[in-house]
Amino acid sequence: MAAGRRSDLSSLAFTGGMSLLALLTLVLLVAPTLVVVIVSFTDGFSLKFPPPGYSLRWYRELIDASQLHFAAWNSVQVALITTLLSVLLGVSGALAIARSPAASARVLDSLFMSPLVLPALAFGFAALMTFSAVGWTVSTTTLVIGHTVVCVPYVIRTTTAALAQMDPALLESSASLGASRLYTFRRVTLPLIRPGVLAGGFIAFMSSFDNVPVSLFLRDARTDMLPIRMWQDLEGRLDVTIAALSSVIVIVTLLMMVVMERAVGLSRRLRQ
Amino acid sequence: MNPTLPVTAYPLRLAAPLAGFMVLFFVAPMLMLLWVSGYADPGMTQWGSLASWAKMFDAFGLGVLADTLWLGVQVTLLSLVLGYALAWTYLRLPPRLQPLVIFIVMLPLLTSVVVRTFAWIVILGRQGIVNAALLDLGWIDEPLKLLYTRSGLVVALANVQLPLMVLPLITALQRIDPNLADASASLGAGAWRTFLRVTVPLSLPGVVAGCLLTFAAAITAFISQSLIGGGQMLFMPMYLYQQASSLSNYPFAAAIGLTFLVAVLVCVSAFNALGRLSRGYAAA
Repeated sequence: MAAGRRSDLSSLAFTGGMSLLALLTLVLLVAPTLVVVIVSFTDGFSLKFPPPGYSLRWYRELIDASQLHFAAWNSVQVALITTLLSVLLGVSGALAIARSPAASARVLDSLFMSPLVLPALAFGFAALMTFSAVGWTVSTTTLVIGHTVVCVPYVIRTTTAALAQMDPALLESSASLGASRLYTFRRVTLPLIRPGVLAGGFIAFMSSFDNVPVSLFLRDARTDMLPIRMWQDLEGRLDVTIAALSSVIVIVTLLMMVVMERAVGLSRRLRQ
Repeated sequence: MNPTLPVTAYPLRLAAPLAGFMVLFFVAPMLMLLWVSGYADPGMTQWGSLASWAKMFDAFGLGVLADTLWLGVQVTLLSLVLGYALAWTYLRLPPRLQPLVIFIVMLPLLTSVVVRTFAWIVILGRQGIVNAALLDLGWIDEPLKLLYTRSGLVVALANVQLPLMVLPLITALQRIDPNLADASASLGAGAWRTFLRVTVPLSLPGVVAGCLLTFAAAITAFISQSLIGGGQMLFMPMYLYQQASSLSNYPFAAAIGLTFLVAVLVCVSAFNALGRLSRGYAAA
């Protein structure tokens, strides 16, 4: 009896300890985002928390910050073109390797996924050296190329996962009914993998918009990118305008996540 | 048309555009890096020297490399403890709450790294929450230095990379048959014993996957390292950036980049080998 009570106690202590640690972790995950949003409404000049008073002054500053607007627009443009290119290249690549029995398909898979773990900063520098060796100056094109290399793995991953979940019997029956490969792709495969492709495209977009290490080497003053502008501003001085901008980015990200969750079940696809 | 191709597979040549793209813009630049590292001088006039490699592998360079990998280990261990507790608790939450937790975990994954790093500057700063709370409680008389310290950097990085740890852990823990823990308990094992002898071993594939992603992300996190670590700490990404950008010593920067790349590759391969072992173990 006594032993039973002791094990109940230790079990309770274990569950309690784990739950407390989990709660702490959740707070640590939410707190930073929340703090930035709150601090952005300060009426003071510093990032003091809690703020001495509240106002919208830093959002008004943000409206006039033409340098940030310029960088933001560049970033959106590069991210859009990068996403388009990543989806086109990534989906055809994923189709080819996903169900292929060939050994070369595994090699290609490793090649396509490697930019995900290798240091992007080293790649950014290597790309700059290569472009300048062949006489290309940095431009939106070089940025898009560099971003696509590091964003394509996301599309490959979600598309391959969606293809793996597809029942091959569907393709077989479509073929046995006389449908051509292209017709089957348009009418069977594509509708079934569309959520996976969209989720991959969304992650590719966010990751391009957020990219620093590649942009660092492949942009110049004409192609200033938002995360770099923010980073350089933060290295110089801690500006509250950046807090306002950050909170705008957080809220837009949050809204897009909700939309994507509803549309394609984003969280399920991120965990595959 | 290839007549031997099964109808369920697509021709491999569909991968040709991406393969070409990657060879031109990923493999070729890496080879270019190797070529550039062979120049003897920053002006890149004399090729065929190991000078930049010798400089990379001097005591200082090796120190930076070792310190970067050590930072990765510290961050990974902290994330593992925090992430495991969250993943373990997640599976015991009412199903109604689970999507909310997943959402909270995912938000940082998609929020800009600069924004997340900035948030930690606000928290750890002299006038930040931690200092304000400790001062209010009267536990300290003067603000603590938290920003630009090693422990501040480890805590911030562990949190910035936490989603990469939590998501594979949840997937691995979900795969474990709940009856196993019940069986262990009914055979008289306590909560700790069941956790250490049943749950943890069976979740090892998720642990390895999470650690791999967290480690790789932590050692390459240039923005967080530079903003939260400050100028006093030097890690491989900043070492590369300084040589390439401020000092324009391209051969040396190339040697640093390649060394870092190979170091990451070696770590990834080691993790992958561990992963195969652990999958065999979890399946046995």
